[in-house]
Amino acid sequence: MNWSKYSAPQAFYPLAGRLIPWFAVVAVALMGVGLYMGFFVAPTDFQQGESYRIIFVHVPAAWMSMFLYVVMAIWAGVGMGLNARLSFMMAQAIAPTGAMFTFLALLTGAMWGKPTWGAWWVWDARLTSELILLFQYAGVMLLRTSIDDMRRADRSSAVFSLVGVVNVPIIYFSVQWWNTLHQGASVSMSTGSKMAATMLMAMLIMTVAFWLYSIAVVLARVRCIVVERDSLPVWDEKPAVSQEVAEVR
Amino acid sequence: MNRSSMWEAVSGIIKRDLLLAMRRRSDAAMSVFFLVIVASLFPLGVGPEPAVLRTIGPGVLWVAALLACLLSLSRVFTADYVDGALEQMVLVPQPLAVLVAGKVFAHWLISGLPVVLLSPLLGLQFGLDGDPLGVLALSLLLGTPTLSMIGAIGAALVLGVRGSGLLVALLVLPLYVPVLIFGAGAVTGSMAGVGGEANLSLLGASLVLSLFLAPWATAAAIRIALE
Amino acid sequence: MQWGSASEFFAMGGYGLYVWTSFIATALCMGWEVLALWRRRAAARAEQRAELLGDTDETTA
Repeated sequence: MNWSKYSAPQAFYPLAGRLIPWFAVVAVALMGVGLYMGFFVAPTDFQQGESYRIIFVHVPAAWMSMFLYVVMAIWAGVGMGLNARLSFMMAQAIAPTGAMFTFLALLTGAMWGKPTWGAWWVWDARLTSELILLFQYAGVMLLRTSIDDMRRADRSSAVFSLVGVVNVPIIYFSVQWWNTLHQGASVSMSTGSKMAATMLMAMLIMTVAFWLYSIAVVLARVRCIVVERDSLPVWDEKPAVSQEVAEVR
Repeated sequence: MNRSSMWEAVSGIIKRDLLLAMRRRSDAAMSVFFLVIVASLFPLGVGPEPAVLRTIGPGVLWVAALLACLLSLSRVFTADYVDGALEQMVLVPQPLAVLVAGKVFAHWLISGLPVVLLSPLLGLQFGLDGDPLGVLALSLLLGTPTLSMIGAIGAALVLGVRGSGLLVALLVLPLYVPVLIFGAGAVTGSMAGVGGEANLSLLGASLVLSLFLAPWATAAAIRIALE
Repeated sequence: MQWGSASEFFAMGGYGLYVWTSFIATALCMGWEVLALWRRRAAARAEQRAELLGDTDETTA
């Protein structure tokens, strides 16, 4: 099968349309399984009680937020290297979902921190990096919306997301370094060394579910972007619109 | 292209930018005044308690220096962008990234160096003395070029974009976080008697990293802006 | 299964507020995103259709 033909938005559009339902269905099913395992199979944590169950959304959201940023930067880099419009569209489509997961990671982190650390917010390396990551997602999206010329918007936000990908690990280590200097309470987001296998399993299932959800949502958004950018022919697997157009003609 | 012609081009750009800055001295003075005013506002807001001022001093001065650098960023490329000089810089045979590095260095001489020279004086306002004052100036000496280097990427990205003043702040400030941490950390460390050496070497490492990477990103952003 | 009753399940050992806020916020965000995409798609299609139909009007007129 010749995959390169799908690098054209026209060819990609129907393919994405066919793939979305599969990813969505599997994502929902896995979320169901993950939630069931998380709430009914995984035992109570002997240190944190039931509050630890927040990690079943917190950890997947945090992983996805970082993973999506890297994927966005990779698409941006591919777009810059190969001058491929679809790559830029992918990068554009990933940003909002990544920002949402970053926001969720911060929110659920605060929800986890309050009962565990006694504070909604702690300046630990992970939370701080997430916060900066949110700023960078905002920067990527704001830069894009501020530039009217689509080609420049694509490229400029690509450069910024690539710069940001260098920045996030540096921030992570600098904050960790800063924490050791300030002798902050040695806080750790991990639930300790003893993590029951079912807990880990539920967390991994939720992560996969979030991942598939992201793919489905991003593909759907790419389709919207394709239609919005090239409002020319109707690339729809359902011929309803084309039929209607033909009838009027 | 040989090495000497590249060096000539870079030094030519630096001389030209310095000359232009000398003609508009008030521009360069503004970021320094801004720094002084911001640094003076904090004691008025927080209160004159010497112990408190000493604690927040390094962070406040570093944040103020960072904001002063941010304010001056729009001057790096805008004039050249408007009058077309930037387009010619893209066309000359010397690599754009090297020319960009020259421009950023000139910008640092105009708006970064005064901040460094003034910082010990501002440190006195916050009750810093002795070693920490020297470390403050040294950390700014190592850190402000990095700020200019990183800031230039943002300045190039928003060239000719509406609302660019605010946008460049949103883009660049997250990238400034590590420099802020290392810089303020060096001063705090020397005040606590731990010594600022480790943080200063991290600042040096950041400077080297930004020297290698930022000009390329800035050059790419300029090319995109001029397309 | 460690839950004696439904109320015990919703109380989450006293951490109900934190746990349920997290999960409900996540569900709301995802639901909102899907809904927003749905509406965006509908709007894009409507616009495209209007454009195509508008074009034919012009040619017939």
